[in-house]
Amino acid sequence: MEAVHGHDHAHDHHGPTGIMKYLTTTNHKDIGSMYLWFSFSMFLLGGAMALVIRAELFQPGLQIVNPEFFNAMTTYHGLIMVFGAIMPAFVGFANWLIPMQIGAPDMAFPRMNNWSFWLLPPAALLLILAQFTPGGPAGVGWTLYPPLTIQQGMSMDLTIFAVHILGMSSIMGSINIITTVLNMRAPGMTLMKMPLFCWTWLITAYLLIAVMPVLAGAVTMLLTDRHFDTHFFNPAGGGDPVLFQHIFWFFGHPEVYIIAIPAFGVISQVIPAFARKPLFGYSSMVYATASIAILSFLVWAHHMYTVGMPVQAQLYFMFATMLIAVPTGVKVFNWVATMWKGSMTFETPMLFAIGFLFLFTIGGFTGLVLAITPVDVQLHDTYYVVAHFHYVMVAGALFSAFAGIYFWLPKWIGKMYDEGLGKLHFWLSFIFFNLAFFVQHFLGLAGMPRRIPDYSLQFTDFNMVSTIGAFGFGLSQLLFLYIILKAIRSGEKAPQRPWEGADSIEWTMLPTPAPYHSFEKPPVIR
Amino acid sequence: MITRTAHTLLALALSSWAGLAFGEMRFNLQDQKTALGHAVYDLHNAIVVICLIIFIVVFGLMLYSIWKHRKSVGHQAAHFHENTTVEVLWTVIPFLILLGMAYPATKTLLAQRDTSSPDLTVKVTGYQWKWQYEYLDENISFYSTLATPRAQIENVETKTENYLLEVDNEMVVPVGKKVRVLLTAGDVIHAWYVPALAVKQDSIPGFVRDTWFRAEEPGVYRGQCAELCGKEHAYMPVVVRVVSDEDYAKWVTERKAGQGTPVAAAVPATATDAAPAEAAPAPGVAAVADGKAVYDQACLMCHAAGVAGAPKVGDKAAWAPRSAKGLDVLYTHAIGGFNMMPPRGGNTALSDEQVKAAVDHMLAQSR
Repeated sequence: MEAVHGHDHAHDHHGPTGIMKYLTTTNHKDIGSMYLWFSFSMFLLGGAMALVIRAELFQPGLQIVNPEFFNAMTTYHGLIMVFGAIMPAFVGFANWLIPMQIGAPDMAFPRMNNWSFWLLPPAALLLILAQFTPGGPAGVGWTLYPPLTIQQGMSMDLTIFAVHILGMSSIMGSINIITTVLNMRAPGMTLMKMPLFCWTWLITAYLLIAVMPVLAGAVTMLLTDRHFDTHFFNPAGGGDPVLFQHIFWFFGHPEVYIIAIPAFGVISQVIPAFARKPLFGYSSMVYATASIAILSFLVWAHHMYTVGMPVQAQLYFMFATMLIAVPTGVKVFNWVATMWKGSMTFETPMLFAIGFLFLFTIGGFTGLVLAITPVDVQLHDTYYVVAHFHYVMVAGALFSAFAGIYFWLPKWIGKMYDEGLGKLHFWLSFIFFNLAFFVQHFLGLAGMPRRIPDYSLQFTDFNMVSTIGAFGFGLSQLLFLYIILKAIRSGEKAPQRPWEGADSIEWTMLPTPAPYHSFEKPPVIR
Repeated sequence: MITRTAHTLLALALSSWAGLAFGEMRFNLQDQKTALGHAVYDLHNAIVVICLIIFIVVFGLMLYSIWKHRKSVGHQAAHFHENTTVEVLWTVIPFLILLGMAYPATKTLLAQRDTSSPDLTVKVTGYQWKWQYEYLDENISFYSTLATPRAQIENVETKTENYLLEVDNEMVVPVGKKVRVLLTAGDVIHAWYVPALAVKQDSIPGFVRDTWFRAEEPGVYRGQCAELCGKEHAYMPVVVRVVSDEDYAKWVTERKAGQGTPVAAAVPATATDAAPAEAAPAPGVAAVADGKAVYDQACLMCHAAGVAGAPKVGDKAAWAPRSAKGLDVLYTHAIGGFNMMPPRGGNTALSDEQVKAAVDHMLAQSR
């Protein structure tokens, strides 16, 4: 490594070139970029599956696909979006940003970092191969409930192995992040001085380590039920199908926060930068995030109010779930207070952050409605739930990822994106997202179950609206791809600190674009 | 009190909006036909109104801030970044609001789960893809399958009013009586869901769960399976016909009289159309048990090729140790399930006689 840095990063690196460069790279920036590109391609694949679903639901009756294929689309859309698109996107952010934000040269375990990325493409390949196996793709929903999963063909096994591999990748990524944050901070960078994004990832990484093995256990039990005559979940052999749901949701609920908490971190960086005012209540944000993470382990069975738990259990899970509204509320209030009496401008990242705030809060409120057991019994497994979690996952996590990309892209590539097109991307996404998903609340309230390829006539109008919105939303994302490619090819040169209010050290202490080995000498943080 | 006002407010807002712009579109839960359903409906409205108020206050402030505290109007950024008083306030106030919500929610939940002292108990079993209704006190039992013709689903014929929400045999219950529904399933998890009666309960193989409803007025209430259960998940509706006591008594008498005729045999026409191959119903419960026909329909899938350890028909070596156990053991295993073999070969509509006939057929082929 050269002692000099920051001039032309191509000089820093004398490794292999071409494809071998990417196969062997141990650099956090290369790996971060690969994560982000992988995530975006999975996002397009999962999105195409969503459009198959919405196209079939445009009208009642079967028009485009048969029910088996429809069920496969809902299953793999869910799995690909959760494990292939959103989670890797935020790991990509973590890779790019954590070393730059804590004053480190790279991640703690660069080779493991390479390995945890390169596990992803084989897993994605298994999920894609699962579409073409004898017996057809599994149509069980991303929640993989047995005994239905036990009835499926070999695509189910490929899916289970894909989940195993993705889980391994996540665990390695988490070990890397925890070690990096705890051991590689620059002198003076105390934990409570870290940018909030690092805090949210530290907490998320612990969540991942705690729950990914649980998921791996659950799907392994499915696998042995399918092939080795165990009867964990098969009532014909004395097993309990509900047991799977308990195990799955013990993973599944923290998983929601694994996706949401890094998104909170991004928003907590973007809003202060454009309000030109420090984040309000930094320490209460840290505590709120930690409380949300801890509570997330204690509420899993609110996904299962209709399985027939004892009423005492239902009461407990209802109260515990409602409690999550408190720290989540604190976060929203803090963000609004950060904007209060600021000096705001509304570039694309800020627009996406405000869009996030607005829509994520709607998702939070519908979550509160769903927490109330007697109401949830009406809404469980209907489109209301579909609307709810898309407000949290798409308007929450995805909008925050867009905000983060537009925010840090200049630092990453040294070039600006097209601001006008960025704003257009926001407004198209915002409008079409609501068109696609807001009406689904009404469908669910009126009683339309989820995961059906065909529906009774009363649901026709809103389904048409939703399909139009979904296609609009999907096509708008091609504009995003164009904006990014345009910025990379011909964007204007970005200054060191393109955002006036951005004050974490990747902006104040690093040149733009950021050098290949972020901080070769630890900066001194006062 | 809050609930009432909230309810009225929301109903007003929604109905005027609905009335003005969208005609028949529905923006809220279905009109409820049980006392519990009204409680759930009001509870939902109350929570939505509270959320709306909070939403308007918080985002009103945010929009005000966006409008006033922007750089383009020359606003200078303040530098405060904490305030213990407001932070405590906005932790404690939401907590109190939640307590206020928890009270009615708990009351409604306790009522919802109280299945004690029913007037009538009906056992409902979910199968891929039909429901079986068994009136335990009356000894009535029948299957209920989709009645919508395949041609409507495939867009050949015009869809009629109750498209996908109509069945051949409806569940019939008396008005004003507490009906306890026991739920279980024969294969995978299903969920029995009737929105207007405020009931949804998973039906889980190997377990019995219960729920209840007391319909306030006669009518036909339609719902469907709510838990993904395979390819025909969208095609297993639930239809409950609520009738007067007299009509119910009449229906019971007629049902019992008609019990001699095969209930499942009444199913075929539409069901076979709607759900080809696997979903084909038992070939007539009352028909003479034809071992080969049953075999072709339920057993062949595994026993022809030896799937999942099933002894292949014609494989004498595989069958010898099994037939040595005695015919009764084979019958019991075939009816009750054994290792990977599902009860009745997975077709729960088969009678014991039919299963036995199929076993006889396979044995005869394998000697």
